[in-house]
Amino acid sequence: MKVKVLSRNPDDYVRETKLDIQRVPRNYDPSLHPFEVSREYTRALNATKLERVFAKPFLASLDGHRDGVNCLAKHTTNLSTLFSGSCDGEVKVWNLTKRECVRTLQAHEGFVRGMVVRYCGTSFFTVGDDKTIKQWKIEAPAYGEEEEPLNTILGKTVFTGLDHHRKEGVFATCGQQVDVWDEQRSSPIRSFTWGVDSFSAVRFNPVETELLASCASDRSIVLYDMREPAPLKKVIMTMRSNTVCWNPMEAYYFTCSNEDYNLYTYDMRYLDKPITVHMDHVSAVLDLDYSPTGKEFVSASFDKTIRIFPKDGGHSREVYHTKRMQHVICIKWSADNKYILSGSDEMNIRLWKANAAEKLGVLAPRERQAANYSQKLKEKYQHHPQIKRIANHRHLPKIIYHQTREQRVMKEARRKKERNVRKHSRPGTVPVVSEKEKHVVTVVK
Amino acid sequence: MAKVSKKKVSRKSVRKSSTVTEKIAEVKPDVVYDDGDDEFLSKEDGNISSEEEEEEEDGKDGKDERKRQKLLEAISALGGKRQKKLGERSEAAVLMSEFTVNAEGEGDKIDLSDLIGSMEKTSAVPAKTKKQLKNLQHTNKTIECPLSKQESERIQRDVAFRKASTEVTRWKDIIKQNQRAEQLVFPLDKEPTGPRPMERMVTGWKAQTPLEQEIFALLSANKQPINDPILTPAEEASMRAMSLEEAKIRRAELQKARALQSYYEAKTRRERKIKSKKYHKVQNKAKRKEFLKKFEEMVKTDPAAALEELSKIELARMQERMSLKHQNSGKWAKSKVIMAKYDEGARKAMQQQLEVNKELTQKLVTSLNKEEEEEEAVDEEVLPDFVNDAEQRLDSSNPWMRGKLSEDPAEKELSENMDLITEGPGAVGNPAEEEEDEEEVVETEEETLLREFDSRRKWRQAHEEMEEKEPQVPEQEEEEGPQVPEQEEEEGPQVPEQEEEEGPQAPEQEEEEEPQVPEQEEEEEPQVPEQEEEEEPQVPEQEEEELSAIGEGIADSSGEAEMPEGAADSCHTNPSAQLEEGLLRIRTLEDMELLSQQEPAPDEAPAEPPATDKPPSVTPQADKTRKRKRGIELKEVLTKETKVIKVPLAPTIEDTEDTEDKLDQRGLIKEAFAGDDVVSDFLKDKRKQEDAAKPQVVDLTLPGWGEWGGTNLKPSRNKRRRFRIKTAPPPPRRDQCLPSIIVSEKRNSSISLHQVNSLPFPFQNHAQFESTIRAPLGRTWNTEQTVRKISKPKVVTQLGAIIEPMSREELMKDKKQVSTGSTSHVDSWKRKR
Repeated sequence: MKVKVLSRNPDDYVRETKLDIQRVPRNYDPSLHPFEVSREYTRALNATKLERVFAKPFLASLDGHRDGVNCLAKHTTNLSTLFSGSCDGEVKVWNLTKRECVRTLQAHEGFVRGMVVRYCGTSFFTVGDDKTIKQWKIEAPAYGEEEEPLNTILGKTVFTGLDHHRKEGVFATCGQQVDVWDEQRSSPIRSFTWGVDSFSAVRFNPVETELLASCASDRSIVLYDMREPAPLKKVIMTMRSNTVCWNPMEAYYFTCSNEDYNLYTYDMRYLDKPITVHMDHVSAVLDLDYSPTGKEFVSASFDKTIRIFPKDGGHSREVYHTKRMQHVICIKWSADNKYILSGSDEMNIRLWKANAAEKLGVLAPRERQAANYSQKLKEKYQHHPQIKRIANHRHLPKIIYHQTREQRVMKEARRKKERNVRKHSRPGTVPVVSEKEKHVVTVVK
Repeated sequence: MAKVSKKKVSRKSVRKSSTVTEKIAEVKPDVVYDDGDDEFLSKEDGNISSEEEEEEEDGKDGKDERKRQKLLEAISALGGKRQKKLGERSEAAVLMSEFTVNAEGEGDKIDLSDLIGSMEKTSAVPAKTKKQLKNLQHTNKTIECPLSKQESERIQRDVAFRKASTEVTRWKDIIKQNQRAEQLVFPLDKEPTGPRPMERMVTGWKAQTPLEQEIFALLSANKQPINDPILTPAEEASMRAMSLEEAKIRRAELQKARALQSYYEAKTRRERKIKSKKYHKVQNKAKRKEFLKKFEEMVKTDPAAALEELSKIELARMQERMSLKHQNSGKWAKSKVIMAKYDEGARKAMQQQLEVNKELTQKLVTSLNKEEEEEEAVDEEVLPDFVNDAEQRLDSSNPWMRGKLSEDPAEKELSENMDLITEGPGAVGNPAEEEEDEEEVVETEEETLLREFDSRRKWRQAHEEMEEKEPQVPEQEEEEGPQVPEQEEEEGPQVPEQEEEEGPQAPEQEEEEEPQVPEQEEEEEPQVPEQEEEEEPQVPEQEEEELSAIGEGIADSSGEAEMPEGAADSCHTNPSAQLEEGLLRIRTLEDMELLSQQEPAPDEAPAEPPATDKPPSVTPQADKTRKRKRGIELKEVLTKETKVIKVPLAPTIEDTEDTEDKLDQRGLIKEAFAGDDVVSDFLKDKRKQEDAAKPQVVDLTLPGWGEWGGTNLKPSRNKRRRFRIKTAPPPPRRDQCLPSIIVSEKRNSSISLHQVNSLPFPFQNHAQFESTIRAPLGRTWNTEQTVRKISKPKVVTQLGAIIEPMSREELMKDKKQVSTGSTSHVDSWKRKR
C-alpha cells in the first residue's frame, strides 16, 4: 500500500525571528483572484478617507512680533532657524524645533522690507524703509555686547527687496532701480533702470546664478544678467506682479504672483505667454515660494489663505486657512520639503505641514511601504467619482467660498458675452484668445 | 579726436585704419561681434576718403578759436606765400602753437597721394593693402551717423538676452530627464550608496578595537597588503621573477595557440553553418567509415582501447534508445502525421526516421564478441530472414509472464496488450515460426482466457463510471437498464428518479453506443479472439469519452459525439491493424493510416542477436533459436517503441483503481442531494431571464380613431396591425453559448455610482484606462519585489536633509555623459568608414 505523507521544509514556513512577518505562501495566479479590482478599489477608498481624516496641516503658531510680519528668511544651512522681519522694523530669529524666539533685534526704523541669509549661513542682510542695507551676524551678541550690524550701507532711496547670490558675495536690492552690490563695497557694482520708478521684488536664479528677475510697478517683470550692463527683457502684464520666484530645479522657469488673483509660470526664453496660469485665489497673491524639489510651490494671498499648486497644474491641490489668520504677506517652503512657514498681518508666523496627511517623524519600513502603497492606490483610482469626491473636498471659510462662486459666475458671464459677441460679428473679427494669452500685454525687448 | 587721427594718418596709414574702426565700433555695437575682414575693409573705404571733411566738421563744433586759426592758415596757404612759423611756447604770445614741439612742414596739407607714394617704396606693405588704398582715393562716401541711445541699448539687450537664453537652454536635457524620471531622490548630490572600493575605505580609517588591531598586526607581520590590496609582496616578487624573454616567448606561444584556436573555431563554425543535408550526410558517413577503419586497426593493435571504444558505442546506442530522438514523437513528426494522409513523401520521411532509429539502436557486432559467440554468428548467417521476423513477433509477448497466472493485474494488462499484437500477424504469419511456437500455444490459450476476463472487467468499470458521470442522461440508462441488469443492481439506489424527465441535455453520443453495448453483453460467454480484437480498442475509447465528458461538462457532449464514431469506423475498416505495445489509442482515420505505415517497419529491420546476454544453456548450439526466443530481449522489453502522437486526453488504466473511490464519493453526494435538482432549476431561471429580456410588442391602437367606437367594439385587425410596433430583436445575449452561466446585461445604478463615466485626461482610449485599472498593485496579487517596484514614490526626500537647488555640476555630469556618448558614437562611425 502506498502511503502519501506531506513533508515540508520548515525553512519555508518558519520565520527566523519572532520579529519577522509570518511567511504566507501565496499563489499569484490571477485566475484565483477574481475580485482584485474591487478589493483594491475598496482599499483606495479607505485610504482616501483616512487621508482626509489625518489631514491636519497646522502645526504651530509663533507669536511675538508686535506688528505684522513683513518678511521671512530661511537659514541656508540650518533647518531649524527662521528669520522674520516685521512692519515695526524688528527682526526676530526663531528656533523652530523649540518653537520659540531666540533673538530679537531692532533692525530698522519703519518696515523691514527684505531679509536674506548669506549663502554660507554666517550672516544675514536686511533692508528697511530707512534707506539702509544692514548686515548682521547670525550668532547673537555675547552678554554685555551691543546688538550692532556688521556693516551698514546708506542708500539714496528706499529699498523694497533684497536677494543674495547663491555662491558669491554679491547681493541685489530693488527700489527705484535694481542694484547689484558687492559685499565689500558701499556702492553698487551694477545698477539697472528701464524707465520705471519702482520695483517690488528681485530674485536671483538659484541655478543659473547670474540671472535675476524683478517685478516692477509698471506691471512688468524684468529679467537681468548680472554680467551684462543692460537688462535682458521684460514682459508687461495686465496687472502688477507682487513677487517672483525661480524654480530651484529647472533653470528657466519662474513663477510670479499677480494682483489679478492668479499666478503665472513663465519660461524665461519665451515670455510672450505664460506656460501655466494658476488660478484659485480670490484676492491678490502676495508671495510665493517654490518647494526645494521644484515640483510644487506655495502661495500666500490677501484672501487669508495659503494654497499649494503643482508646478504644472492650473489649480491648487491644497488650501490652508485658519480662523485667525489674516492677510498672508510672506511665505516660505522649508528646505527639507516638509514644512511651510507663513507670516501674516496679525503678527503671527505659522508652521504648516507641506503634505497635510503625512505622518511626521521616522517611519518604520513597513509603515513606509504601507504609505507608499496607499499613495499609489489613491493615484490609481483618483478618477473614480467617489474617491475624487472625497479626495478633493476641502473646507473653505464662508467668505472665500462665496467669493469663489461669485467669481465663477462672473467668469462664466464674461465668457458667455464674449461668445455672443463672436457669434454676432463677422467671422474672424473677434478671435479666440486663450486664458494664457489674455494676461500678457506685451513683451519689451 | 580728429586731430589725433590726422596725425596718425601722417605717420602710418595702416595703423590709422585700425583706429577708425575702433571709432566705428564704439558707435555701432553690431560690428563689434561680427568682425569679418571684408566688412572691416568696406567700412574703411568710406572713412579714409572723408577724413578731411570730418576733420573740419569736428573743428566747427570744437573751439571757434582754433577754427579761425585754421581758416587763416588755409587762406595764407592759398596765397602761396609762406607765413612765418609759429615759435615755441617760451613766452607769452598771441599766436602760439598748442603743442610745444613744432614739426617740419606742420602747416602743410597732406594728401593721400603723398602717403601712397611713400608706401610704394616700402616693401613691407602688402600688395592687397596698396590696391585698397588706391581704390580709396576714388571713393567718396560719408560715414553713417551713430544709432540713437535707445536703439543701441535695445540691440545690446537683445544680444544679451539671446546669450542668456542659449545659456539657460543647456539645462533642457536635465530638466526633461528629471520630469520623466520614475523616481527622484532628493537631495540630488548624495553620495552613492553601495560598496565602495576598499582602498578608499581603508585610507581614512584606523584600527581601533583590539580585534582590529590584532588583525592588522597579523597582516603586517605576514607582509599582507593593507592599503593597496592588489598584490602581496610575495606575488610581486614572483611577478618580477619572470624575465622579459621568458615572458615574450610565453606570450608568443599563447598568441599562436589563440590564433590556431580561432582558425579552428572559424572553420568549424563555417562547416556548421552549411545547411545542406546532403553534405552533412556524406560527412557523417565518411566519418563513420573512418572510425570503423580505425576501430578495426585498433582491435588488432590495442584491444583495450578498442574495448573502451566499444563501450562508448554501446553507451551511444543506449542513449539513443533512451532518448526520444527518431521516435516520431517530435513536432516534426506530428506535422508529418497530419500530412501523411495525403503526402507520399511525408510517409516516406517518417519511415526513414524509423529506420534511422533502428539503425542507431542496433547492436554493433564486432570481432571482439565474435570470439565468444562464433557459433552463433555462423548460425546467424545460415538462418534465413524470416527467422528474425518470427523471433521478433514472439519476443513481443512478455517472456517473463509466460505460463504464470500469479501476476499483478497491472502487469497483466500490459502483457495482454502485447499479446494482442502478436496474435494478429500470428494468424497470418509464416509457418516456420509456428513450429517453433509449439510451447507457447498452450500458454497463449490460457492467456486469452485471462485477457477476456480482464477486458470484461475493465469494460464494466468503464461503463459504471460513465453512468455515474452522466446523471442527466436517463434515456440511455432506461434503455440500457434491462439489457445490463448487473450494472443496474450495483447502481440501483444511486440513480435518481428525476433524471428521467430531463431531455434536452442528453447527448446523442450515448445512443450511438447503444448497439455496441448489448452486442458485447450478449457475446460475453462465447469469446472469439477476433472479436476480442475488435472490442479491445473500443473499451478504452469509451473510457476516454467518459473522462472527456467529465472535463468538458454537459455542454460539450453534443459536439463530442462524432469522435467515437470515427474511432469505431477506423476499427472496422482496419480489422488487421497491428496494435502497438503500450497504451495506444486509435482515434481518427489518420491515426490508422499512420499505423499501417509503421507496421512493416519492424519486419524490415533485422533483429540483432543479443551480444551480451548469457543465459545458462545446456546445449547452446542446438537450442540457439529457441533460446533467443525464450531469453529476455532487452530491446523488446525496454526499448521505447516508436509511438504515434498522443492526443492530450490520456485515460490511464491506473485510474480504474481510483474510480471505485470516486464512485463512492459521488454516490454519497448524489445521495445527499437526491431531493433537489439544481440544474433544471438553473435552466428554468435562465429561460425566464431570457424571456424577460426579449422585446415586447407595443400595441398603440386606440379605439375610435377612424372607426366606430363604443362598447363591445374592437378596433379592426388592420388597424391593430398598423399600430403594433415590433422592436428590433436585441443583440444576441452574451450567455447564449454558455449553458451554465447567466450574464446579466442590465446596468446597475448602485454600481454606476462608483464607475468612471468619462475618459480621464491623460488616457487616449478606454482600453488604456481599463488596463491600468486592471493591473493590481497590492502584495496580495504581486510578489514582494514587484510591489516594491510598483509602489515606489515619485519623489523621495530625506528627513532633515537640506535640499540644495540644482548646481552647475549636474550640468557638467550630464555633459560628460553626453560627450562620452558622442565620442563613442564618433568612434563607431569611424569604424564603419
